[in-house]
Amino acid sequence: MHLHKYERLWLFFGGASLVIFLIVLGVSAFAMDNQPPSGAYCAPGVALPETLDPQKVSETPPFNNPGIEKLSEDTYVVNMVAYSFGFQPSRIEVPEGSTVYFQVTTKDVVHGFEIPGTNTNMMLTPGYVNTIRQTFNETGEYLILCNEYCGLGHQFMSARVEVISQ
Amino acid sequence: MTQQQNAFNADDAKLIRVHLYVGYIAVFLGAIAGLLQGLQRGGMITLPSWLEYYQLLTAHGVLLALVFTTYFIIGFLYSGMSKNMGRLYDGPRIAGWIGFYLMTIGTAMAAVMIIIQEATVLYTFYAPLQASPYFYIGLALVVVGSWISGFSMFAQYRRWKKENKGKLSPLFSFLAVATMLLWFIATLGVAVTVLFQFIPWAFGLTKTIDVLLSRTLFWYFGHPLVYFWLLPAYIAWYVIIPKIIKGKIFSDSMARMAFVLFIIFSMPVGFHHQLLEPGISPFWKYLQVVLTFMVIIPSLMTAFSIFATFETAGRRLGATGVYDWFKKLPWSDVRFFAPMMGMLFFIPGGIGGIINASHQLDQMTHNTLFVTGHFHLTIASTVILTFFGITYWLMPVVTGRKLTPFANKLGMWQTILWTAGMVLMSGAMHTVGLLGSPRRTSYTTYQDHADALSWLPYHTVMAVGGVILFIAAMLMVYIVVYLAFFAPKGEEEYPMGEVSEYAEETPRFLENWKIWIAVSATLILIAYTIPIMNILEYGPPGSPPYRFW
Repeated sequence: MHLHKYERLWLFFGGASLVIFLIVLGVSAFAMDNQPPSGAYCAPGVALPETLDPQKVSETPPFNNPGIEKLSEDTYVVNMVAYSFGFQPSRIEVPEGSTVYFQVTTKDVVHGFEIPGTNTNMMLTPGYVNTIRQTFNETGEYLILCNEYCGLGHQFMSARVEVISQ
Repeated sequence: MTQQQNAFNADDAKLIRVHLYVGYIAVFLGAIAGLLQGLQRGGMITLPSWLEYYQLLTAHGVLLALVFTTYFIIGFLYSGMSKNMGRLYDGPRIAGWIGFYLMTIGTAMAAVMIIIQEATVLYTFYAPLQASPYFYIGLALVVVGSWISGFSMFAQYRRWKKENKGKLSPLFSFLAVATMLLWFIATLGVAVTVLFQFIPWAFGLTKTIDVLLSRTLFWYFGHPLVYFWLLPAYIAWYVIIPKIIKGKIFSDSMARMAFVLFIIFSMPVGFHHQLLEPGISPFWKYLQVVLTFMVIIPSLMTAFSIFATFETAGRRLGATGVYDWFKKLPWSDVRFFAPMMGMLFFIPGGIGGIINASHQLDQMTHNTLFVTGHFHLTIASTVILTFFGITYWLMPVVTGRKLTPFANKLGMWQTILWTAGMVLMSGAMHTVGLLGSPRRTSYTTYQDHADALSWLPYHTVMAVGGVILFIAAMLMVYIVVYLAFFAPKGEEEYPMGEVSEYAEETPRFLENWKIWIAVSATLILIAYTIPIMNILEYGPPGSPPYRFW
């Protein structure tokens, strides 16, 4: 098929920048491990089920005992359960500079898990555990909110991370 | 050409008219729902206890994104086929009426369920929130009705090809068939999840539902859905606009090629809506991200073709120098001005889409108002302004009236208001979305959290933009009623473009649909087989229904 010379140039530059863009994304994802949250991946040395019976969340470890655990000096694991309309635990406290692994599941419908002002943002679908790692370098009260519609009280569904100075 | 051949077929006009009427009733109601929910979120009004924010949001999405678009697109595609094939054959036209009635019954069922609060599940109806089974049956009827209309267009095309052996099909009809083919392949996903998962579950025949499977099937449909909205706008840009600007279609074969690429690359991409969810491995997400970006190629081709058409038309009208042709465009003709504003909106709209679909950047924007801002630029500006631009001449064509200078002037104001309202609303949505404000959320300050309080001024700007858009929508409804029932009788021109005499002969392999369907099916199987097998094999037990409204 015949292409105008300018059209060939235009598509060449468009196509080439697209290829470069996709390589950047791919290198970032696979070589630098900047993958989107895709399940029970990032918890170091912590046993975590990939899936669980969504109707038996409160009997399945570690979600039978939601809360925060200290892994090492500045590393914490938070096992959290989302439900309409809240998170359990609803408030956690960590010292500044801490890295927190959030291991979260839902015991009813689909929820979101977002901490505004950070890169933490992931979906919680019934039967699956999702995980994300976040380092808190500044003190303050961080908001955890649900960003997926989950019912009439959706706008009330939130929790807090209190980052305190050492 | 005799007067008779030029006139629009009266039987076809009737079929197209009813599609436009239902579509604009949906615009009227959907705009009211949009206004109320925008004001509520902005904290400016409190809704009465019998009306829920999320109910309004469901109605707004269903009426504007699903009902208006589907009716308008089917009406518009029929009109072009009727125009450039002389008329719709009896079989396809009758099938068109059956499709119309099925869709209308389905729409009415879904609407009643939303009104009586049996379906406050938003227009994406994610399981395991469970609506009334009649809501899902209503949606299924809309899809089945649209299939009947789509297949009637295929039949129309086949019969024309048979009667005109060896001739190249008219461009509009080819593009219409491509659009409906894309729609058919896409809706298979939503049909499977609604028929085999949602309806049995909503009737209690199955106790639980596989949530991730339903989401995957939904998004297999959900992204090509946006190309189903976009392609008819592209048809107007490729085929209609050249005539309006007194130019010629730059290249017949490039238009056909672009649509074929859309059929191929719009399907295996649904995971970019599921980038942040568990149960799908990052490798498959990335593969679908790469495939998602392939649609940039036909979009670049379209941009080139359209601006080449603009420039050649301007030069034909005597433009000299580098940019003079831009001034020669008919800026005061609303049939051009409204779609042109839509095209300009597609530049930031497309960029926002690239951001959302990026493997990592989505982390910042997912489920925030940034996404809402994005699709108000693409569907609610690019596509809708183009559809409005089509309406100004299509409505008079099918009602036997004229687009008057008065209606043209109102249309110019409509476009300006819509553009201004959208710049405000969508601009605020993009900004506050980056700050973290979630989409689909009623008025809240999260117990006066500082971050949430800092979003409130943006929500106010969104509401102000929403008010301007509401006024623009009502003006559009007024223009539509005027053009349908009150404008002076006459014969409005159907601006069907002609291919430039300098364009190359179109290669015939483009009409070999079997190749494109096979390539599309192959890519779908590559992108989805293993992830879906994983979901079925390693997925958790299903979820019971919930009703949190």
